[in-house]
Formats: sequence, C-alpha cells, structure tokens
Amino acid sequence: MQDTNVVTLENVCVDFGEEKVLDHISLSIKNKEFVTLLGPSGCGKTTTLRIIAGFLEPNSGNIYFEGKNMVGVPPYKRAVNTIFQRYALFPHLNVYENVAFGLRVKKCKEKEIDEKVRKMLKTVNLNGFENRDVSHLSGGQQQRVAIARALINEPKVLLLDEPLSALDLKLRKDMQVELKNIQRETGITFIFVTHDQEEALSMSDTVVVMDNGVIQQIGTPEDIYNEPINAFVADFIGESNIIDGRMLEDYKVLLDGVVFDCVDKGFEKNEAVDVVIRPEDVDVVEPEKGMLKATVTAVTFKGVHFEIIADVQGFKWMIQSTDISYVGDNIGLYIEPDAFHIMKKSKYSGMFGDYSTFSDEMEEIAGISFSEQEDNTDAQA
Amino acid sequence: MRKHSKNKKKYLSAIYILWMLVFTIIPLGLVVYFSLTTIDGKFTFENLKNIGEYTPVFLSSIKLSAISTALCLLLGYPFAYIISKVKASKQVIFMIFIMLPMWINFLLRTYAWMTLLENNGIINRLLSFIGIGPVHMINTQGAVVLGMVYNFLPYMIIPIFNVMTKIDKSYIEAAQDLGANNRRVMTRIIFPLSMPGVVSGITMVFVPAVSTFIISTMLGGGSNMMIGDLIELQFLGGSYDPNLGSALSLVLMVLILISMGIMNEFDSGEEDVLAV
Repeated sequence: MQDTNVVTLENVCVDFGEEKVLDHISLSIKNKEFVTLLGPSGCGKTTTLRIIAGFLEPNSGNIYFEGKNMVGVPPYKRAVNTIFQRYALFPHLNVYENVAFGLRVKKCKEKEIDEKVRKMLKTVNLNGFENRDVSHLSGGQQQRVAIARALINEPKVLLLDEPLSALDLKLRKDMQVELKNIQRETGITFIFVTHDQEEALSMSDTVVVMDNGVIQQIGTPEDIYNEPINAFVADFIGESNIIDGRMLEDYKVLLDGVVFDCVDKGFEKNEAVDVVIRPEDVDVVEPEKGMLKATVTAVTFKGVHFEIIADVQGFKWMIQSTDISYVGDNIGLYIEPDAFHIMKKSKYSGMFGDYSTFSDEMEEIAGISFSEQEDNTDAQA
Repeated sequence: MRKHSKNKKKYLSAIYILWMLVFTIIPLGLVVYFSLTTIDGKFTFENLKNIGEYTPVFLSSIKLSAISTALCLLLGYPFAYIISKVKASKQVIFMIFIMLPMWINFLLRTYAWMTLLENNGIINRLLSFIGIGPVHMINTQGAVVLGMVYNFLPYMIIPIFNVMTKIDKSYIEAAQDLGANNRRVMTRIIFPLSMPGVVSGITMVFVPAVSTFIISTMLGGGSNMMIGDLIELQFLGGSYDPNLGSALSLVLMVLILISMGIMNEFDSGEEDVLAV
C-alpha cells in the first residue's frame, strides 16, 4: 500500500481562529496520478495544497510522503514543487536565472545548470528567451517559465494552484493539453487545484470534490459525473435537475406523482431521496407521449443545443435539446430508466437543482454562498 | 468641458512652476553667479580654484558621512526587516518609537548628546563609578559619527521598511519551495528585492550627513570641521566670503549629484520589483 501512495493525508484539520478550514481531510494520492482538488472558493482546496507544500502546518492530523511523516518539515526540505496561482516569478532575475534558481540553491555545477536549464526551456518551448525580463513576458510565457522552474528540480510531486485561471479561454485549453502531456511524459504526480469543473473532468485521473473544508467525493471523472454522491456534487459538476423523490421499492422511484422505472436499488422502502436527471438525458416529446407534462418558460440557443427551462408542477427543469421549442409550448418529457440517478438525502438536499432563478450570472454567484436556504427546503422533503 | 478642465490644470501647474522658478531656479542661478564672481561682481574662477585648499575638509566630510551611512545601513537594515515581519499592530508601535525622537527639536537632541558625552558628562560619571575613565568622547570624529547615525537612522529604516512590507510573500514562498533555506531566501530574494529601499535610504542619509554643520560643530568641536561648517563660516562666521561659500556649495552639490547618479546605477532595472 505505502509504496504506491506518494502523498497521504490523515485526518488533517486546520482552523483559522473559529473558522474550520479543513475538517478531517484524509486522502491518498498514488504515484504518477493526476489528482484534482475541485470546489468553490473557500472550500479548502488551496489550504490542502499549502499543507502538502509545507507553507502551513495542520492543527492536527498527519501528512506522509512515501510513508514518512512530514509534519514540522519546512517547505525547502520537501520533495515537492509548486506552481503558484500568479506564478511568483522572481522579478529581479531573468528567465534563465528563474529556471536555474532551484539548481543554484542546491549548488549544482555551472555546466550541469546550463545544460539542464537549456533543455528545460526547450521542453516548455521557450528557446531563446534566456535573457528576457520575466515582467515583459505574456501570461502564457510566464506560465511556462513557472513550469520549467518547478520541473527542473525533478520533484516527486508537482502542486499546481489554479495555474490556468489567469489565462484566456483559448490559451487555457492549450495549456490543459500541454500540462497533461508533460505529466504523462515526466511521470510526475500532479496535484492540481481548480474551481473549474470542466478542467477537472478533462485533465484528471482522480477528482476530489471539496466543500466547506470537507471532502465530498473522490472518484474518477466519470464516477463523479455519473454517480454524484449528493446534491452538492451533482450541482457543482455539470448541470443537474435535482428533484425530491421517494424510492417505493428497488428499481421504482416516485417523483412528481409519477412512478418511474430506474436502475438503482438498495434503499429503504419509501425512503425519501434526491433524484438527479441530467439536462441532456431528458427528451422533449409530444405532450400526450410524455411521462411528465411541462410548459416551456425560457429558451436559449447555445450552439450545439437549445437550453430549455420548463415548468413541471412548479419546479423548473433544465433540458438540453437539439429541437427548438418556444416559450409557452406545452411539451412532454421522456426519460430513460438509466438516466435517473438516486442519491440519499444529505445536508445539501433542496439547495440545488432548481432552475427557477436560473441565469448565467446566478450560476457564478451560486458557487460562493448557499448556506441560508438549507432549512426551508429541508422541510419540503 | 474638457477644454475647461485642461485650462484649469494648466492654471494649477502654473503656481508650482512659479514656485520652482522663485525658490529653486533663481537661487541656484544666484549660487552659480556668486561662485563665479568676486565681491565686486567681476567674473572670476578664483573661488573655484581656491577650493583646492579645502580638499581635506571635503575628504573628511565624505569619510565621516560615508561611515555614518554605512553604520545606519548595518543597524537599520536588520531592524527594518524585523519590523516588517511583526504583526501590523506591533509595526505601528515600532514606527512610533523610531519617529518619536524626530518630533523633538534637532538642536535639543544634539545638545543632549553633548551633555552625555562630555568629559564630566553623564556617561563618564557613570563610568567613574565602576572605576573606568574618564573616556574622552566629545570633540572626536566618533562623536560626530554617533550624532549623525542617531539623527539620520530613521531615514534609513523607513524607506527600507516600506519596500520590505511590499515584497510579495509568494516570492519568498516560491524560493522556499525551490529549496532555499532562510539564509538563501534572505541573500537571493529579500535583499535584492529591497534594493530600491536601500538605495533611497543611503541617499536620504548620505546627502544630509555630508552637508551637516550643527552636529560637527556641537559634537566635533572646532577640530572636526565639515563642509557644512566651512560654508556656514563663509556666510555667518568670521571669514565672511559669500563668493567662496557659493563656490563650496556648488562643488558640494556636484559631488552629491555624482554620488546619487552612482546610487541610481545600482537601482536601475529594479523599478518593476514592486509591480506584482
């Protein structure tokens, strides 16, 4: 077990005064794995990274690197390197010296430094930039310098703190591919922090979803998307309609007064559950052919599909369909049994998954604050 | 609207231009004029030629102020570093203690040092209790240096402190992350990044130190004359000669400009250190 786990966190807790920033975080990261810590701002993902790097000591709990306890070991003695959110390139050094920094500190021979720096700059496509001033580089180039500066030390683990958040969309996509390639080629374990679920899904081997200092779910991107453990994860990863339902028996779920076939089992008889239906899994059909009747309240053209907001008995669903509907249309909804994902009730139940106040702006705000609604929505369940 | 505000700006700047003209440009011109004329207003290079006689005074001034500046840097740099590290609430207290002496009159402070350093002053009296001394301290170069360090130390600490508090913490973390221990972080990151503060601290101490006259008169006695004293003598003292005084001032100014130019060389390319 221990030889394959390169980093292990064991019941790590961090408090900033009254505030619990990390609450019993336990996590094992395998060698050569690309792990993403994903969550909204303030969820503790960056704190977790700083704990691993050694910039922060946990109030309780342990951190192991290949079985060795790292608590109390200063950052400069840890075999990890970090790529900082805003790169933190040394402004008084040029590109070459920035990259050479780690080797100079280790007192490597001048010839070895020169060889490695030039090779590393070639790897990140910065040939000929040796004498450039780092403040005169573009965001993407600075990013490459930061990667080169970290990788030249041949760390066991590379920590990346939202490294792509300062780049524009196009460049971000390119860097995603490039980072993934570097990770594959070097075989270095990457621990990547982001709040961008798409980034997390497309790059990672393992995604760790966090909220409020607690790990919500650990799994492959497919698991996290298809089998979210609670309403928070379902909502944070992709779009979800989350509806109160009741599990009548195995493979039978009741929602909105209709009994549906589903593929989930193992719940108590008549257990109250959260039912997740992804917008792309809902088919729009004639009203009389539908399992549920709905009224269209909003339609947005999104390029590959239309995003339809439809009212089903007072609850707003999001539906993605390639066929156009118009506001006011009465439509029927058809859902395949395997499109239902049934989750146990959690403290997040009722907080997400209703699109009645939906707009793109709301989407962005929603990631930040949502604690107040908890009580009144629990009552409905 | 725009034109109006533009005119307003012009109007506002005119006041400052006038101010500079009356209080900077014209006086400077007068200094040049006096240093190139005799007492009767005839053109001459005599004043500037005569300055050669005072080379020892120039050299000792430069030596004493250079020593003082170096001491201020040695004392002030670690101090500035320590204050920049403590909590913001404590920084305020430290800063008050640094500034407090500056609120007391400069003459009074220097006079206080006289009474401390005198042959039968407080320090010597204390020393005699434990059987040492009396130690001759007043009217020495050491006393002058002490007076200058005491008076000018805050001008070294404050600019260095200001620059240090603005150094982005992530640079330090990045260096630690790359394997630098505390000493390496100091020599490779903090010191180079604080250079702008060091340069302005050196300038702010050296310039007033090299032209001071009260400190050297009060603590150095007559034997440790500095350029400032010499210039004072030409205007207010027995050897009244404003033309020579102007010439001395002019040479001093050129010396200061040269040393500032050299300092700025050290500082070049560091402007964007603070741009995060």
